[in-house]
Amino acid sequence: MSTDALTVPTVQVRVPPRSWRSEVRAVKIVWRRELIRFQKDRMRIVTSLVQPLLFLFVLGSGLQQLSAASTHGVDLKTFIYPGVLCISVMFTAMFSAASIVWDREFGFLREMMVAPVRRSSIVVGKVLGGATVASLQGLILLALAWAVHVPYSVGLVLGVFALQLLLAFSITAFGVMVAARITQMQSFMGVMQMIVMPMFFISGALFPVGDLPGWLAFLNRIDPITYAVAPMRTLVFDNLNLSAEAVHTLNPPITWFGWAVPVALQIFMVFALGMAMLGIAVVEFNAGD
Amino acid sequence: MTAPAISVRNLRKSFGDFEAVKGVSFEVATGEVFGFLGPNGAGKTTTINMLCTLTKPTSGHAEVAGFDVVTARDDVRRHIGLVFQDQTLDGYLSAEQNLRLHAELYGVESKVVKPRMEQVLRMVGLWERRDSQVLTFSGGMRRRLEIARGLMHSPRVLFLDEPTIGLDPQTRASIWGYIRQLQQSEEITIFMTTHYMDEAEFCGRIAIMDGGEIVALDTPRALKEAVGADRIRIETADDERAIAALGERFGLEATVSEGAVSFAVAEGEEFVPRLFAELDVPIKAVNLSRPTLDDVFMSHTGSTIRDAEESAAKNKNRAVMQAMAGRR
Ligand SMILES: Nc1ncnc2c1ncn2[C@@H]1O[C@H](COP(=O)(O)OP(=O)(O)O)[C@@H](O)[C@H]1O
Ligand SMILES: [Mg+2]
Repeated sequence: MSTDALTVPTVQVRVPPRSWRSEVRAVKIVWRRELIRFQKDRMRIVTSLVQPLLFLFVLGSGLQQLSAASTHGVDLKTFIYPGVLCISVMFTAMFSAASIVWDREFGFLREMMVAPVRRSSIVVGKVLGGATVASLQGLILLALAWAVHVPYSVGLVLGVFALQLLLAFSITAFGVMVAARITQMQSFMGVMQMIVMPMFFISGALFPVGDLPGWLAFLNRIDPITYAVAPMRTLVFDNLNLSAEAVHTLNPPITWFGWAVPVALQIFMVFALGMAMLGIAVVEFNAGD
Repeated sequence: MTAPAISVRNLRKSFGDFEAVKGVSFEVATGEVFGFLGPNGAGKTTTINMLCTLTKPTSGHAEVAGFDVVTARDDVRRHIGLVFQDQTLDGYLSAEQNLRLHAELYGVESKVVKPRMEQVLRMVGLWERRDSQVLTFSGGMRRRLEIARGLMHSPRVLFLDEPTIGLDPQTRASIWGYIRQLQQSEEITIFMTTHYMDEAEFCGRIAIMDGGEIVALDTPRALKEAVGADRIRIETADDERAIAALGERFGLEATVSEGAVSFAVAEGEEFVPRLFAELDVPIKAVNLSRPTLDDVFMSHTGSTIRDAEESAAKNKNRAVMQAMAGRR
């Protein structure tokens, strides 16, 4: 042991003053760490597939018999497929955000917090890493498109990936924002489930949002996930040859007091909300000791 | 003389109305191994946290490597290495990945990462295990890896908070080996805390901390000499009466600690025969010792470090119980 040390000459290292380059390096390494950990955690990849598959094949096939009449011949699995593309990234993103709670519990957060870089770089790296991991997970579900009669196209694959990345980014930012305050794993998962589950159900991932009762229509319109699910469904339906009635029933436009919200605005809202929550997360982590 | 590596004036930290660090002042010279010795709860970690910019001081001033810990946080951070009291490794990553991540966060120039990593990993004897996941490491190996990581970016000051706590004697000895080796091979100042008396002896100078205050600060040798006296511990049939008698007959101030009556006298060897002849309380056993750091601690605080530890632990338990009761 000691002979080893004698044969190796001292290598002097100089830590440069902080610059935007060191910040970018910090963001990149925090991002990469999430990917490395994801890669090593095979169990997580498998377990987080269970829920979306249940929704898609069990719920989808099961309810098919009831709904055949009202879907204008569209397979129910095809209908809920866009919703399932969303749910798969939502729950993975939640777990990604939870890793910051683990990091605190196992002390690793301190190692990052005491480095000569901005805390915002750590938080941004964490959110981008979580979002990337979640959308990679989402890609696995893209492989199931054929099973629900959705033909592949370059536009579909890129579009789904982009939307999943966006949704994953916003949910991770939300989770990291919550994690700045809630430092106990159990409470964190409890709070996240309590908020994300209802948002998912209300969003219209599993039902068309056209003729909802007033109270549900209201909740649906204020639920941010609605504005991620609708573009996803539009993207998938554009790839299919559906009758006009089918599109009208299954993918009606999202309206505010009768005004149809453009898809671009919907997407922008999800993005803006994600950025806002990322901003709050940065402020909260900066304020902490 | 070069500028001091650490200079601290009147540093204070309060948590609510509890004052954990009550205005400490000291200087550490470049290249020194400086130790903070004190029982649990003395405020050692809080002081380190302020010096390494993790906690803002309530008041006072501190400079590390020439930079103010409040106004030049990043400059301080670039020049210090840290080994925390609690483990802060990523268990899912390999040893090498942990060090690489650290090098990236500190902006270490890419081409020196590899050779520096080899150097620090060889030093702590983990080079062969660099590809193993940290989860598979023992407590001692993790500690060694954390020391290697703290050295990755060639810090000017290395902070070690209780680096040997809970480790087996062999690992403790090897950690002290690295610290001495470092002193020779790199220009580094080491600031460490410990509550092991025997380890404090290895430091160039030590500050004895108790209840948020520095009660003594000097080289271990000078501190022991200052106590001047030898320590005599006697086991008696009646401690109360023995203490009273010692006070009356010899004018000595004795206390009971760890089950024995203990007091200090100038020339112990000559005093023992008188003690047997003149004390009218039966003595069951006697023990004479040259001053140790325990005695230094005792003479400044009136209790042994172990007693202080126990009462701190009791307080802590009480606080934890109260916190839990409050939450329900
Ligand atoms: N964040 C905190 N909030 C409240 N009290 C704290 C906090 N950190 C430390 N303390 C208290 O400050 C005292 C000193 O703690 P610490 O510096 O950890 O001591 P040491 O490292 O010497 O064992 C203890 O009584 C501890 O309970
Ligand atoms: Mg401590």
